[in-house]
Amino acid sequence: MEQIIQQLINGVSLGSIYALIALGYTMVYGILSLINFAHGEIYMIGAFVGYALTTFLGLGFIPSLLISMLVCSILGMIIEKIAYKPMRNSTRIAILITAISVSLFLQYTMVYFVGPETRTFPQVLESQRLNLFNGNVILDTKNIYIFLITVILMITLQFVVKKTKVGKAMRAVSLDKDAAELMGINVNKIISYTFAMGSALAGAAGVLVGIYYNTINPLMGAGPGLKAFVAAVLGGIGLIPGAVFGGFFLGITETLVSAFGGSVYKDAVAFAILIVILLVKPTGLLGKNLKEKV
Amino acid sequence: MSVLKVSNLSRAFGGIKAVTDVSLNVEEGEIIGLIGPNGAGKTTFFNLLTGIYTPTEGEIEYDLNSKVTSKDFKPHKMTGFGVARTFQNIRLFQNMTVLENVLIGFHNGMNYSVASSFFRLPSFYKEEEETHDKALKLLEKFNLIDKKDAFARNLAYGDQRRLEIARALAANPKLLLLDEPAAGMNPKETAELTELIKWIRKTFDLTIILIEHDMSLVMNICERLFVFDYGHLIASGLPDEIQKNERVIKAYLGEDAN
Amino acid sequence: MKGFNKKSIIAIAALIAAYIIGQVLISNGIIDSYIQLNMIIIGINIILAVSLNLITGFTGQFTLGHAAFMAIGAYVSAIFTAKLGQPFIVAIIAAGIAAAVAGIIIGIPTLRLKGDYLAIATLGFGEIVRILALNIDYIGGAIGFNDIPQYTNWTWLFVITVITVLLISNFIKSYHGRACISIRENEIAAEAMGINTTYYKVLAFAIGAFFAGIAGALYANYFYFIKPDSFGFMKSIDILVIVVFGGMGSITGSIVGAIVLSVISSFLQSIPDLRMVIYAVILFLIMVYKPTGLMGKSEFKIFKKGVKGNVSSKG
Repeated sequence: MEQIIQQLINGVSLGSIYALIALGYTMVYGILSLINFAHGEIYMIGAFVGYALTTFLGLGFIPSLLISMLVCSILGMIIEKIAYKPMRNSTRIAILITAISVSLFLQYTMVYFVGPETRTFPQVLESQRLNLFNGNVILDTKNIYIFLITVILMITLQFVVKKTKVGKAMRAVSLDKDAAELMGINVNKIISYTFAMGSALAGAAGVLVGIYYNTINPLMGAGPGLKAFVAAVLGGIGLIPGAVFGGFFLGITETLVSAFGGSVYKDAVAFAILIVILLVKPTGLLGKNLKEKV
Repeated sequence: MSVLKVSNLSRAFGGIKAVTDVSLNVEEGEIIGLIGPNGAGKTTFFNLLTGIYTPTEGEIEYDLNSKVTSKDFKPHKMTGFGVARTFQNIRLFQNMTVLENVLIGFHNGMNYSVASSFFRLPSFYKEEEETHDKALKLLEKFNLIDKKDAFARNLAYGDQRRLEIARALAANPKLLLLDEPAAGMNPKETAELTELIKWIRKTFDLTIILIEHDMSLVMNICERLFVFDYGHLIASGLPDEIQKNERVIKAYLGEDAN
Repeated sequence: MKGFNKKSIIAIAALIAAYIIGQVLISNGIIDSYIQLNMIIIGINIILAVSLNLITGFTGQFTLGHAAFMAIGAYVSAIFTAKLGQPFIVAIIAAGIAAAVAGIIIGIPTLRLKGDYLAIATLGFGEIVRILALNIDYIGGAIGFNDIPQYTNWTWLFVITVITVLLISNFIKSYHGRACISIRENEIAAEAMGINTTYYKVLAFAIGAFFAGIAGALYANYFYFIKPDSFGFMKSIDILVIVVFGGMGSITGSIVGAIVLSVISSFLQSIPDLRMVIYAVILFLIMVYKPTGLMGKSEFKIFKKGVKGNVSSKG
């Protein structure tokens, strides 16, 4: 029993990070139907920015987190302008390969400049271990911070999407770009904002991962990036609650599989669940089924 | 002899009934018109007839090549049962040539194996040549022979409509379903289409059911009409009778029409 | 025999000449082992690209797991040659069949999915195959499979590449192949014209997987050593890039694409630091400036032989 609780705690932390990254995938997919494979690299760069700010400038946790989010949102907008905008009318496969080329470019540019080795992320959050259940379950304060920050960011995002004018415009663009444009919405601007917001969340996830695992490297984006993408699809790609649900679902499943089945198979299990869910409900657990009209 | 028997057919999507309790018969060799306001359930009815949707209730029975009921329907089995169709929004194979589009229509008539296609066994040459000859003859009849190597997407609109009909006929159907064949055509093209449909029935000896909004075409060639409204079959009969039918007039013009 | 018209004879003569020239140059040492390595890579990439083109370019099924079939073929061939001591030809056929069976097993459920969803499911399948291979000790796990006999040479490579290209293009120019293309063009219309779309999607998938498996066998029995990470997601992407670069739905495009991209990647080996950065930029530029690929959907005229020409010239 204690072990399950312990794994749930770890799962929620991992799930928070997946959920934050998954949100960016889902927002971009919702608005452009594009699987933004470069998203995992934005998260990696977020981690490196956080690392640089804390190590070299000695900034604290909150300022590093905010600056890292800002840098990532700018990067996201630049990527969209340079790489995706010229491709907007291309085939799906061409756009996908473009996204992969951006991803490779960011990965290996980073490798070129900072080297491929793993670095240790400084301990900017004081970590206190709380012993529960007579010391059988350890709750690190880092887990609490990560969860809280994730929840705050998600509530903020939900507020922006549901209550603000920009959010309303985003939802309109995702339903019908042409109609939104005719209604006076600046579609290009809204797409930029979407990339900015998604990338900011990925940047936050990068810093949080640095704190949680203590290590970062230029190729760290590929694995969690793919996993977060799986999370987005599990919940229903294009849906914000779907990404959150999928993130936590995947995080918890993974930690439970590692604890009870063997960690070597945890990724295989994640992908197997993905395939099963796609077969049973292709639009994801929270998605609606759409059929082509004849 | 009745080739199509529909009994108490219903189809619901969620709570919405798109087709409700429709029963009708179609006799061999008839040209039937299916009319009704937009959203009346005509295309849903076609999709039920071609196995794209399965009935929620009721049954469809064909007696064309053999007796089959809607329990056995699958979209790809319909040509084998003797039923071919066209679509409201033209569905050609855009990046294939005119000839290749028609060749696809002959798919069910071809038998050589996958191995024969890999190794080009004699059966490959024999069947391909026979089918090409048949396809070219069909294109000749439809005045599309000059364009046989053009991509379907590059055809003029009227030609695309005709090619879609030619492709359906290549499947050698006994019942042809045309979903709004005159949509988007000007009066001259519609007049030509009217002649084409008459000619098709005579030449290919088949039964035709068509959905159409263009009343000049419907009244000109259809021997019997079925009128749909809100998923119900509200009237059926000769074109003259339908024109005078009060329920039909109401359905088209609203309650206050008279 | 109608199969042997003038054009076919010229083509066959050209192929034999190409083979002999290659063989002579290799045995004289004019083609050194480095160039030979690249020729092997090009041949394997042609097989992979043409087989993926059948699935993605012609049948329109967007998959991201093609490297998994290559992996299955590579491991099966390695087991047959290194562990069971079977002759190469047996290993090659076993590799193809194993990959095709995997293709059928994964294809029947997943090919109901469309577009991006199919791509994601096949990506997941590819990752599962890789992770399983990492954890099976019999085939070396993460350390890799060592001491595979080196059977692949110019003759095997040339013959198998030519056979693959020939069989797949024959298939495409038959009514079975037309059925596959019609699914890409309009699945609903294809079905209405009597095409069993599930059957043809699975068939295309199985054929594509079969040849990818054979490519895997050639790969394993050339490099002595294979490891699961050589067949990951990025390998699938590499194959897809060749297909898109050459032109979706063009066999000649896949061949030219495989040659050009293999040569570029071989040149990039000399600048290891910036290799991937430049590769990424090249990919990006190709997608922006030539998104339909070098050949579009068309073929070189000399390759346009066979039924279509024969019949129309007669009629």
